[in-house]
Amino acid sequence: MTPLLQVKGIGKRYGAQIGCADVSFDLYPGEVMGIVGESGSGKSTLLNCLAGHLAPDAGQVIFDTRADGPEDTVNMSEPERRMLRRTDWAFVHQNARDGLRMSVSAGGNIGERLMAVGDRHYGAIRDRAIDWLGRVEISETRVDDRPTTFSGGMQQRLQIARNLVTSPRLVFMDEPTGGLDVSVQARLLDLLRGLVRELGLSAIIVTHDLAVARLLAHRLMVMKEGHMIEAGLTDQVLDDPQHAYTQLLVSSVLQV
Amino acid sequence: MIELIEVSKRFTLHNKGGAVIPVMEGASLKVVPGECVALTGASGAGKSTMMRVIYGNFLAASGQVLVDGLDVAKAEPQEILALRRETLGYVSQFLRVVPRVPTLEVVAEPLLALGCDRQEALGKAAGLLSRLNIPERLWLLSPTTFSGGEQQRVNIARGFAHDYPVMLLDEPTAALDTQNRETVLTLIEEAKARGAAIVGIFHDIEARERVCDREINVSDFNQEVAE
Repeated sequence: MTPLLQVKGIGKRYGAQIGCADVSFDLYPGEVMGIVGESGSGKSTLLNCLAGHLAPDAGQVIFDTRADGPEDTVNMSEPERRMLRRTDWAFVHQNARDGLRMSVSAGGNIGERLMAVGDRHYGAIRDRAIDWLGRVEISETRVDDRPTTFSGGMQQRLQIARNLVTSPRLVFMDEPTGGLDVSVQARLLDLLRGLVRELGLSAIIVTHDLAVARLLAHRLMVMKEGHMIEAGLTDQVLDDPQHAYTQLLVSSVLQV
Repeated sequence: MIELIEVSKRFTLHNKGGAVIPVMEGASLKVVPGECVALTGASGAGKSTMMRVIYGNFLAASGQVLVDGLDVAKAEPQEILALRRETLGYVSQFLRVVPRVPTLEVVAEPLLALGCDRQEALGKAAGLLSRLNIPERLWLLSPTTFSGGEQQRVNIARGFAHDYPVMLLDEPTAALDTQNRETVLTLIEEAKARGAAIVGIFHDIEARERVCDREINVSDFNQEVAE
């Protein structure tokens, strides 16, 4: 099987500071990879380099495109990369406000992504928007309301609907459950797991919450000071951590 | 189906000055289809460690851990995940689930992950829950709110949802009443009859004698450790 994404030696510096260095891994279709580590460890820098929001200084990010097979997205033209971001890729921001257009209705937020890939039939777009609101458990009656009137958890679910409506194959998530209260978090975890299974999505999830990582990720990568220090099967990394830092990380949490 | 060859396991505690705790040395074991082997030994002797080494959430330090031909000690994560989906089941002592997911779905999940038809999967889950006396009115609730015994039975139902050719059972009859214990032992006998290779930990001696074909004392694998 061809990996959906092959990451080879990705590095990014901020002047003398290392953002991330020499990170390599493969991601297969249907697989969820968790990236854990404390804040400042380079998780988000890495995710942004992979998703094309930041230009890495070194390395390759090879994505298996639908049309032309594996292609290095780092050297792609910006329009090509933009097209990928609208179709095969999705990015769920930690703060839903960064991923939504707050002045546009909920239905409009979902419809916008469809229109960006060429959908023009208003009725069809609205129907799909309503269908997706239902899937993320937002009532149809809220379709014309702006996200400013939504709670934090609803905004996050709306952001997920907006991202998944175009059936992407790879979803990048930056702390998708961060800042939400526990009951909402549980609901979102359930939703994400179901979507991954039903749609066969692959995902890369950055989180500092090891319990979230255990429930969502098949594989785990631990980062410290910009380097990948340990990687493997999620329960192996959490139950039998090999590296000193991972042992410290796992033993510092209250029951995962 | 399961073959351990000269397996050793030790823990290195980097944050305790690099202390090395050896748990297992030169462990060998072979389990054929239709056979159930009990791991015995005092608490702390390494029974659960051995199960986890087979399941792959503990990394063996050396040796081979062959499950259906795959060396779990050296396999890629993708290979182990596929093995766990199709071949290797594990009933642990604790139920670990996403909160809010209904019990029926929790039990059906291993089948859904295999791409089984939804109605068929839910039907099989319902059958197991009935056999294990989980009242139907609880099926649509999350098991996180259940009593310890109920959670354990949900865990067992989930572990037996798919007919795994290899099964690891960590105290499956602990804390069960007579009737449910009987059901679990019958489930184990059925699994053996269809050719499953089973490794289990049973503190319940009667249960062990009824379903297990032989015993392995894991203390034999840590003699150097004790001295």
